[in-house]
Amino acid sequence: MKKLIRNKGILLLVILVLAVGLLAAGCGGEETSGSGGEPYRIGAVVDISGNSSSLGIPERDTLLMLVEELNAKGGIDGYPVELTILDNKSDETEAVMAVKKLIQKDVLVVLGCSASGTSMAMIDSVQKAEVPMISMAAASSIVEPASQRKWIFKTAQSDIVTAENIVQYLKEKGLTKVAFLYMNNAYGDGGKTAFAAAAGEQGIEIVTEEKFEAGDKDMTPQLTRVKASGAQATIIWAIPPSASIVTKNYRDLGLSMPLIHSHGVGNDKFIELAQGAAEGVILPIGKLTVADQIPDEDPQKQVLQEYIAQYQAKYGMPPVSFGGYAADAFNLAVNAIAKAGRNRGAIRDELEKTNGFVGISGVFNMNREDHNGLGADSMVLVEIKDGRWQLLQ
Amino acid sequence: MSEQLLQLLFSGLTLGSIYALMALALVTTFNISGVMNLAQGEFAAIGALLAVTLSGAGIPLPASFAAAVIMVAAAGGIMERAAIHPARGASGLTLILITIGLSISLRGLALLVWGTDTYSLPPFSRGGPLFIGGAALNLQSLWVMGLVAAAVTGLHFFLNGTYTGKAVKASVINRTGARLVGINVGTVSFWAFVGSGALGAAAGIFIAPIAMAVYDMGFMLGIKGFVAAAIGGLNNAAGAVLGGLLLGVLEAYGAGLVSSGLKDAFAIIVLMSILLVRPEGILGALGERKI
Repeated sequence: MKKLIRNKGILLLVILVLAVGLLAAGCGGEETSGSGGEPYRIGAVVDISGNSSSLGIPERDTLLMLVEELNAKGGIDGYPVELTILDNKSDETEAVMAVKKLIQKDVLVVLGCSASGTSMAMIDSVQKAEVPMISMAAASSIVEPASQRKWIFKTAQSDIVTAENIVQYLKEKGLTKVAFLYMNNAYGDGGKTAFAAAAGEQGIEIVTEEKFEAGDKDMTPQLTRVKASGAQATIIWAIPPSASIVTKNYRDLGLSMPLIHSHGVGNDKFIELAQGAAEGVILPIGKLTVADQIPDEDPQKQVLQEYIAQYQAKYGMPPVSFGGYAADAFNLAVNAIAKAGRNRGAIRDELEKTNGFVGISGVFNMNREDHNGLGADSMVLVEIKDGRWQLLQ
Repeated sequence: MSEQLLQLLFSGLTLGSIYALMALALVTTFNISGVMNLAQGEFAAIGALLAVTLSGAGIPLPASFAAAVIMVAAAGGIMERAAIHPARGASGLTLILITIGLSISLRGLALLVWGTDTYSLPPFSRGGPLFIGGAALNLQSLWVMGLVAAAVTGLHFFLNGTYTGKAVKASVINRTGARLVGINVGTVSFWAFVGSGALGAAAGIFIAPIAMAVYDMGFMLGIKGFVAAAIGGLNNAAGAVLGGLLLGVLEAYGAGLVSSGLKDAFAIIVLMSILLVRPEGILGALGERKI
């Protein structure tokens, strides 16, 4: 009996300690660059480690590259830019703590975060402090409804843009019954809402809707329901590694209807981890990934090629879409600061007036109602063939 | 419908075997050395990541697997000598805290060495899944289930069929008595950690083709293994395996039949009800330590 009580005590302690361990997962690292008198301060909160690190790392690298280049050229009007990048470890609480730290440092603009959940977490803090924030994440709810998102902007194509592209493809192929699988987080939820709205408009029926956790190792149970549902195509809204695992499970089960992913899998890691299962996957993606395949008359072609060359020269590998979101966020912020000076309110107004800005992710045309400013033409559909992205005509 | 049920069973057994491996290593170490080793999940993570690195360096798969298992087993032994052995007189709670510290250090070390990237290993055998009764069974799942069977059989044979195994059993049943007849109980604890390091690493390597390898995978594996062990009974190896399989199958049926959002809730509800009705676990025995 005594042993039993001891075992129970141990059990309780273990549960307690694990809970505390989760909370105290460490504190953030900090990278600051820029020097000289009276710098313009820009802050960034990026998912450098943790689940969304495949997004955050290229974003950090891009930001460091751009700020170095800008300061080498003399900064903004001769004043250097001081960029502080904080890691939120892909954690909402860490993101809020990081952005509060940046606000105390009197940054003019906050860039971030990489993922939808962490971006959403920071909104309250920046709105209260009246600091403009430019997110690099997908969910449209980050900037909508615009009336409640006065200080929030974002550069990644909205899930609405992605959903519209997918629905258009389904309609062209005459597929009207689809299964929808999504990650149980802000990215997946955003995708679900956007896709349901776009599909409803075009008369496409979602016959089954399943979700899975970001850390799940096997999605076969969800896929068995898809198999039984009689869907003509499957749409998955997730990022790697879970997106790769579900794709492998899909092929293992021998499901043969078209598999369409969201732009969350737009990096080579997805193909690598899926180990061949990614062949034939169709997804909408920013033009960066297929920059060499898009026609020369595309207005973005030159901007894309310059960014690719610069990134390749500095880091020895081609950039991914996420780096492009960071580049657009940084350049939009720098443009606005150049016009508005050291006034957060004026910077916000300049950001809202952005018009015809040719970026990596598309041509931005923002206004009072639209703090993203990208249209359906900012994306193209690709198919994964021989482990490479192939533009669909 | 029956095809769907069978498919969910396969999926559940795959997941369950993963949990069972972790639970088995936890329970074995706990009973032999009296330490609930919460760094068990980290053994799996480091084993898998080492295997990825070694095979990436051009070493053939079987050789890099073996090397990774040996290295993690050695790390387990070093850990026991450096951190557990000096505190052997301390209470069970202190020892658990030490293993938590070790798990955080190991996770930090893995983060420094491998970064936050996710890696994968190629499946052990080529070819698509087997189709049994219309349900697909991944070949790698068979490898994982095979490892569970091999580990249980090996453990059983070692404990009941060898002289050393009997000495281990003796020191589990009565530490003082075992010392009186000349068994070095400290050495037994050392080898328990070496063994759980090896088993943990092997588990990590076997599941990597299914579940991928990343520096923080050990945390979740450790928790699931612990839950499985608690369901089956903390002092019973067969119970650990049963608990793992049960947890996996319940998760799969919960996700497949009820709702994918309620999957984890299902597992927790089962854990709670079992602990309420049988606090000692399904196969656990009251106030007893055995294997």
